[in-house]
Amino acid sequence: MSVPIFNRHAVWAIYRFEMARFMRTAVQSVLTPVITTSLYFVVFGSAIGSRMNSIDGVSYGAFIVPGLIMLSLFTEGLSNASFGIYVQKFTGTIYELLSAPISAWEMVLAFVGAAVTKSLVLGALILATAALFVPLQILHPGWMAAILTLTAITFCLFGFILGVWAKGWEQLSLIPFLIVTPLTFLGGAFYSIDMLPPAWRTVTLFNPIVYLISGFRWSFYGTADVAVGTSLAMIMVFLLICLAGVGWIFKTGYRLKN
Amino acid sequence: MPPIISISQLTKTYASGLIALKAVDLDINRGEIFALLGPNGAGKTTLINIVCGIVNATTGKVLADGHDVVREYRAARSKIGLVPQELTTDAFETVWATVNLSRGLFGCAPNPDHLEKVLHDLSLWDKRHDKIMTLSGGMKRRVMIAKALSHEPEILFLDEPTAGVDVELRRDMWALVRGLREKGVTIILTTHYIEEAEDMADRIGVIHKGELILVEDKSVLMKKLGKKLLTLQLQVPLAAIPPELAEWPLAIKAHGHELEYTFDAKADHTGIASLLRRLADLGIAFTDLHTQQSSLEDIFVSLVSDKPEMRL
Ligand SMILES: Nc1ncnc2c1ncn2[C@@H]1O[C@H](COP(=O)(O)OP(=O)(O)OP(=O)(O)O)[C@@H](O)[C@H]1O
Ligand SMILES: [Mg+2]
Repeated sequence: MSVPIFNRHAVWAIYRFEMARFMRTAVQSVLTPVITTSLYFVVFGSAIGSRMNSIDGVSYGAFIVPGLIMLSLFTEGLSNASFGIYVQKFTGTIYELLSAPISAWEMVLAFVGAAVTKSLVLGALILATAALFVPLQILHPGWMAAILTLTAITFCLFGFILGVWAKGWEQLSLIPFLIVTPLTFLGGAFYSIDMLPPAWRTVTLFNPIVYLISGFRWSFYGTADVAVGTSLAMIMVFLLICLAGVGWIFKTGYRLKN
Repeated sequence: MPPIISISQLTKTYASGLIALKAVDLDINRGEIFALLGPNGAGKTTLINIVCGIVNATTGKVLADGHDVVREYRAARSKIGLVPQELTTDAFETVWATVNLSRGLFGCAPNPDHLEKVLHDLSLWDKRHDKIMTLSGGMKRRVMIAKALSHEPEILFLDEPTAGVDVELRRDMWALVRGLREKGVTIILTTHYIEEAEDMADRIGVIHKGELILVEDKSVLMKKLGKKLLTLQLQVPLAAIPPELAEWPLAIKAHGHELEYTFDAKADHTGIASLLRRLADLGIAFTDLHTQQSSLEDIFVSLVSDKPEMRL
């Protein structure tokens, strides 16, 4: 029996397994972002936004849409991808993955692929919900899709690393809660960093999330806090860092094997 | 024929510094049932987990059907099925979904007919649409076995398959194992029930504190190490062993109605003939006699009796 170089049956099996897991909570996964986004629009878009000036010629309600999508993409991507692998570690069912003839990268492809699929569906849902509240405009749909996808991949990879690293449930929510959400709020999800005093503006540029949100908003409205090229470069850098992290985990067996 | 599994100089030191395996060498023959015995913490699971790719070896080499389990892990692992010691299942999945997942993971194209057969063999077919969490412990154990058999492995590891399993399931399981062996599947199992090893295994290995202290054909082992017991039913009860019989290790049993003589079955000179002659000389008559081969358990206990921490 010859052994194929790519175990497509395994990748497909894990992908379907993960998707089935998402589907079990489909109602909750669809309703949560829709309700959350609607709330943001009611509060920020209508209530507060009506008293705000438009930013760079974009109404405040429309201005926050890219940031909102990014926020969900970060947190949901992280939690979905980390949960999938963490729960297998936690329950011990990971024995089967470890004993199966699959390469590390096939495992990542399947787990991250499923989480990315869910993130993209989520992004589309939020976009559709937002379209109900504000007039949307997408100047560069190709770039929009590309940035959305690359960011989803990056954060799902990050989530995978988190799931491997976490030793307990609290650690699993630590990073999203303590780092990613604050950085997103401070990263210009709800304002343009041009609105900050110069000193704060400089500090903010050390926040990696700024580049993601800025680039994504540019694909909608053609305006950005930082140069688009810089944003794209940063997105690729984060992606590569996460890929390297995953590679390192598998090379050393870190927290997966004794 | 080359061995189907070849383990050489395998050592494992866990991160805690604990040495779980010390230079283990072991060959498993194609198509045999090999039983690995040893007390808790001996290193049985560690050994199995290294072969299956769940634990990394510290040093040493393992070949499965000629493939290095680290460098050629795809070829090696696709031949191996594992039923781990712990019951770990995806609670929310159905039985059918989980066996399909297992088959896919091992690189096999879907084959509902095979899976149906496996589920029938394990009396799981009626439960195929049930969520695993709704099954009883014994049923979950069956699911784990079904998962391991889903990709038609040539080598099957059963790590304490009968722990906490009722008589019926145990009987089913052994029937299944025998059936697999007839099809040429090699089976390596660990157990704490020595009578199981005695019943099932072709060969037996004993591991103790990370060292493989014995590997032997079961029959040879029983012959080589087996003590035999000669029991004589006495016509007239004896109160004490007469001093004329002091040179034989004898014991009085059943309130003096029985005389027991333990002898080494492998010895050239068992001493039975001279004992019987002496008894006749002394006029001690007996109505019946029989000999009895000691069980594997006796062998096992005697084997490690110089290691007092051994518990079974
Ligand atoms: N992940 C681990 N980290 C550190 N030590 C471990 C680990 N897993 C097992 N050990 C130790 O290695 C030794 C061998 O354990 P192992 O599980 O292989 O024994 P076993 O023979 O399977 O025992 P049992 O009959 O109880 O299943 C034990 O002392 C155990 O405590
Ligand atoms: Mg064990």
